[in-house]
Amino acid sequence: MHNLDAAGHVRGESQYLDDIPTQRGTLHAAVFGSPLAHGVLDGLSLQAARRAPGVVRILTAEDIPGENQIGGIVPDEPLLAEGHVHFQGQPVALVLAETEAQARAAVKLIEADITPLPVITDPRVAQAQGELIVPPRTFRLGDPATAWADCAHIIEGTAENGGQEHLYIETQGAYAYPTDGGGVRVHSSTQGPTAVQRHTARVLGLGMHKVEIDVVRLGGGFGGKEDQATTWGALAALAAHVLKKPVKLVLPRHDDLRMTGKRHPYSSDFKLGLSADLKLLAYEVTFYQNAGAAADLSPAVLERTLFHACNTYFIPNVRATAYSCRTNLPPNTAFRGFGGPQGMFVIESAIAQAAEQLGVPAYEIQRRNLLADGQVFPYGQRVADCNAGLSWQTAEQKFELAGWQTEVDAFNAQNATKKRGLAVMPICFGISFTKTAMNQARALVHIYTDGSVGISTGAVEMGQGVNTKMIQVAARTLGINPNRVRIEATNTTRVANTSPSAASATADLNGKAVELACRELRARLMRHAADELKLEYEGLEIRDEQVLAAGKPAETDWEKLVSSAYWKRVSLTENAHYATPDLWFDQTEEKGHPFAYHVYGTALVQATVDVVRGTYDVDAVRLVHDFGQSFTPGIDRGQIEGGLVQGLGWMTMEELIYNEQGRLLSNALSTYKVPDLYSVPAVVDVEFLETPGHPNAILRAKAVGEPPLMYGLGAYFAIRNAVRAFRPDVRPAFSAPITPEKVLTSLYAPAAVPAPRHEPATTS
Amino acid sequence: MLQFYLNDQLVRPAHPAGSTLLDYIRYQQHLTGTKIGCREGDCGACTVLVGELRPDAEGQPVVRYQSMTSCLTPLGNAHGRHIVTVEGLSQAAGQLTPVQQAIVAEGGTQCGFCTPGFVMSMTGHCLHGAATPEAARASIDGNICRCTGYKSLERATDRLTAELLTRDAAPKRLPWLVQQGYVPAYFERMAARLAELRRETVADVAARTGGHLPDANDPAVTPPLTYLLGGGTDLLVQRADDVLAAEVQLLYGHAERCFIREQADGRISLGAATTVEDLRSSELLLGRFPRLRQHLKLVSSTPIRNMATVAGNFVNASPIGDLTIFFLALDARLTLQNAAGEQRQLPLRELYRGYKQLNRQPDEQLVEISFLPPAEGEVFNFEKVSKRTHLDIASVNAAARLRVHDAVIQEAHLSAGGVGPTPLYLRRTSEWLSGQPLTPETLRAAGELAQQEISPISDARGTAEYKRLLLRQLLYAHFLEHFPQQLTLAELL
Repeated sequence: MHNLDAAGHVRGESQYLDDIPTQRGTLHAAVFGSPLAHGVLDGLSLQAARRAPGVVRILTAEDIPGENQIGGIVPDEPLLAEGHVHFQGQPVALVLAETEAQARAAVKLIEADITPLPVITDPRVAQAQGELIVPPRTFRLGDPATAWADCAHIIEGTAENGGQEHLYIETQGAYAYPTDGGGVRVHSSTQGPTAVQRHTARVLGLGMHKVEIDVVRLGGGFGGKEDQATTWGALAALAAHVLKKPVKLVLPRHDDLRMTGKRHPYSSDFKLGLSADLKLLAYEVTFYQNAGAAADLSPAVLERTLFHACNTYFIPNVRATAYSCRTNLPPNTAFRGFGGPQGMFVIESAIAQAAEQLGVPAYEIQRRNLLADGQVFPYGQRVADCNAGLSWQTAEQKFELAGWQTEVDAFNAQNATKKRGLAVMPICFGISFTKTAMNQARALVHIYTDGSVGISTGAVEMGQGVNTKMIQVAARTLGINPNRVRIEATNTTRVANTSPSAASATADLNGKAVELACRELRARLMRHAADELKLEYEGLEIRDEQVLAAGKPAETDWEKLVSSAYWKRVSLTENAHYATPDLWFDQTEEKGHPFAYHVYGTALVQATVDVVRGTYDVDAVRLVHDFGQSFTPGIDRGQIEGGLVQGLGWMTMEELIYNEQGRLLSNALSTYKVPDLYSVPAVVDVEFLETPGHPNAILRAKAVGEPPLMYGLGAYFAIRNAVRAFRPDVRPAFSAPITPEKVLTSLYAPAAVPAPRHEPATTS
Repeated sequence: MLQFYLNDQLVRPAHPAGSTLLDYIRYQQHLTGTKIGCREGDCGACTVLVGELRPDAEGQPVVRYQSMTSCLTPLGNAHGRHIVTVEGLSQAAGQLTPVQQAIVAEGGTQCGFCTPGFVMSMTGHCLHGAATPEAARASIDGNICRCTGYKSLERATDRLTAELLTRDAAPKRLPWLVQQGYVPAYFERMAARLAELRRETVADVAARTGGHLPDANDPAVTPPLTYLLGGGTDLLVQRADDVLAAEVQLLYGHAERCFIREQADGRISLGAATTVEDLRSSELLLGRFPRLRQHLKLVSSTPIRNMATVAGNFVNASPIGDLTIFFLALDARLTLQNAAGEQRQLPLRELYRGYKQLNRQPDEQLVEISFLPPAEGEVFNFEKVSKRTHLDIASVNAAARLRVHDAVIQEAHLSAGGVGPTPLYLRRTSEWLSGQPLTPETLRAAGELAQQEISPISDARGTAEYKRLLLRQLLYAHFLEHFPQQLTLAELL
């Protein structure tokens, strides 16, 4: 089945935030952001802006009727700066004008009087100065300190990864208006309607029941609108509430780029111990997370880095420590993978360095250390239903790893100006919010008297196809045609206290709630049919809208049944609640069972480097992925391809550049480059690994949102291998993204880097 | 008066000619299928088709459609044309065009926000593009999708390619496209409608400025800030708010400024408003520059190439203007014309005084460019490296015109961008190379000499050290590309 939204999308009829028809008297808002990254806010000069054409009002922190606070995990983030500014672009004032252009023009007339304070952009500097968002955390397994003695090889090094701009094509925005009874309704482009509601209520000093958030769909989210949509929703609501007028705030791209947080850059130290036969025996890793100026979701992202520090490998002795470091960048936030990719990049770098020092291909080390059932993750969860080995073996055989490597070596021997590299990237990703309480969802299902069905959940459609999946679940459970089912806008008055659409778990959680509600309705209708038609309840079912008794058509169908149930005063509405079973985590011990299940897969990646120019192509990605029992293969394949390419982008061309003053230099699409049509691999093979799936997954189809992003890491190592095919003597620093600049600089680096312990036998 | 067809409707907006077509479409006409993604031509979410009356091969007037980003299209550039948005393609409810069907069938839309832009680009391709997979993909090279990873969109274009083979077998293209539902039936009436519009509005230049041109002879009138707008692809990125408020004079599409022709003396001359796409599709130029398509593929994207003019690229004075670098190596000569209509000639190599500073009087317009194409025995090469190979601005770009005979470099002309405050002609290196043997030693020495002519700075496109290294490599690349038998990379190291 295709994505059911697709027809509206291709006709340009799907409605996004800025497409909502504006109400009479709507004011347009523009944000004045701090021009400095850190300082004391001594005052604001607003006179000139107030006199500018069309300007109605300028709001500052003083105008907030409730609490000036939008911090989620830690209350450390004001909505509008007060006293201090902590990052460039931090919202300081909101201009309301009759047109958007007038509001923007007036923003340029505002001046802030700021006494500068020292700016920190490097997480290690922040950590050294004690600037931590939350206390550091350490996950332990076994005892690395004693294990080093048993190691034949010990590898030490450093890995750095850059951040990543979400670049949802629809920028952040909100449209708010006052409602009857002193409340406010906000159309918000958010993955977390409840977060916008909670913080808006706090800012306005209202009960949450007076703040309604409505979301039809997003033009992309990727984590960037999980927590960071709150600022814009709350600002629009504040203005609407204070001025009693409709207010629209849609960020121009440049504001969105410089004012919002991104994937976290990390700087990390690793120490890896191996036995003589390449078994990983011990791993110590320290992560310095660049959290930016406020907590946002950083503590949760940090936690997931620790959960995925060993990727898909079993290492008996582990000590992983992570610091969330406060710097003067915009607060960094969720992004597909949520800290997992950063953790995996470090272990993969450590393995790559070990391989280079020992003169073996990295995949020889990877293959020998894959997880298997019965082992234990460093966080205490037992490995079960593990497909690490199966996905590896399937990929290795299907894509003929050994033959492929031979071809690459032959190519390199024959070509002077182009070199190829091959890398294998296996993944393991845990599915669930790691904050156990968030693994709950509700669904409200109405059957209308004509047999059509309306469903409300907490899920937000942002392209991942969750609405189509829920329609499938409802149609299958009720035995009806999917075109009878509509998924309503996500609205906090219909489904309350929702978790954000995140953690790859949206379809599982909300889908399960839909399934429960529809099962109850089906049972109710069957009981009604049994009464009406004097049939045996056992053996009654609906299939293709026909009621069957013991497999034979009964004298009623869906429409008749629904209608007759209404006239017999049977409730046609159901509200169901789902909570993922068996989850727990004890933070004092850092042990528990945080994940409903894990997703596995293995990708083979080939890249070709032009050694004259330092440019490269990622030629092919061929992967085997553990989908479980996919019931929307088209959508799920799309998630794999899209996630993969986002991961490739993060590892190659997507380079966020902040200067020492904390100013974003890659502040436009002309300087921040995401993959275009020509930069994706010519070959992307996605093989479905048929596995039983998992009972905690919706219809046994495993979650598919985040895991594929991490296949992209393979591109980094493939390019690096190609560079080393030209310069075996050079061992480039582990620093992502591997831009053409880094490639060319490595290709023509001065000779005589520290000599490896063993000269590599091959150049791969 | 400014007037054009917007889908099936004649419109006469009273809005400033320098305001954007995008804002008019979305906020005046509430046609919300055209999306705002970046407002700088880098994402393609606002792509529309712009149809213009042109004679076909038999001289019959037909409407030629090109994809353009409406965020950078001055409203005035729509004058007399047919603007098509996604709403203008839509068939009856429940029906999809073959382009829309292909995207749906292949899963080529996820969040959907970029999708109408893809639909417009692909539809433009179906109207005029060659039925090859490469041409179909090229049509969406200016559209960024953050969700799908493009593979599904590639599959959609492949599906279209198969269908377009049937189009090419049909006796008449447009009726076939209408019959197959690619475009609605009103498209068949557009040639006559635009011809009528042209009769009504010919020579109506003042209308196209969105007001009246200031009287240059009246000293009492202080002329307001006036912008001369070409394709708008740089000015509307840099200063859209200023242009909106200013008088604008429009250059785009003026027939007397759009030409490519060979002169009697063998030089080729170009009108100032010649677009990059005009260059790319010129049989004359393709004959003289066999690798032209390959080189121009590195310049922005299809919709931007449809809009951007050669003169705009020169006058914009970016140190990394691709066409500027291209034509510096060719020693192009410019014709400037002042308000009184007086003309003078200036070599492109003398146009730049400093960063964004031109040797040009305020009232002088660039009207024509001419150059001598590479002769028999000469080679021309263009190189560009950027963070992303396509639709990106160069870290360093470079061009070379070379004449090598009997293993001796008879003549060399090298230019380079991104390595100084202006686009550079590497005069000393070029002069020194002339007469040297084509050997690794010569090129290494040239690489070192070039380092003395450049002064790159560190910025978002790379560190100064990187740009120096890259320039050397691109200089080597010119020779490795054209003389692979005489040189190897290993010898140059």
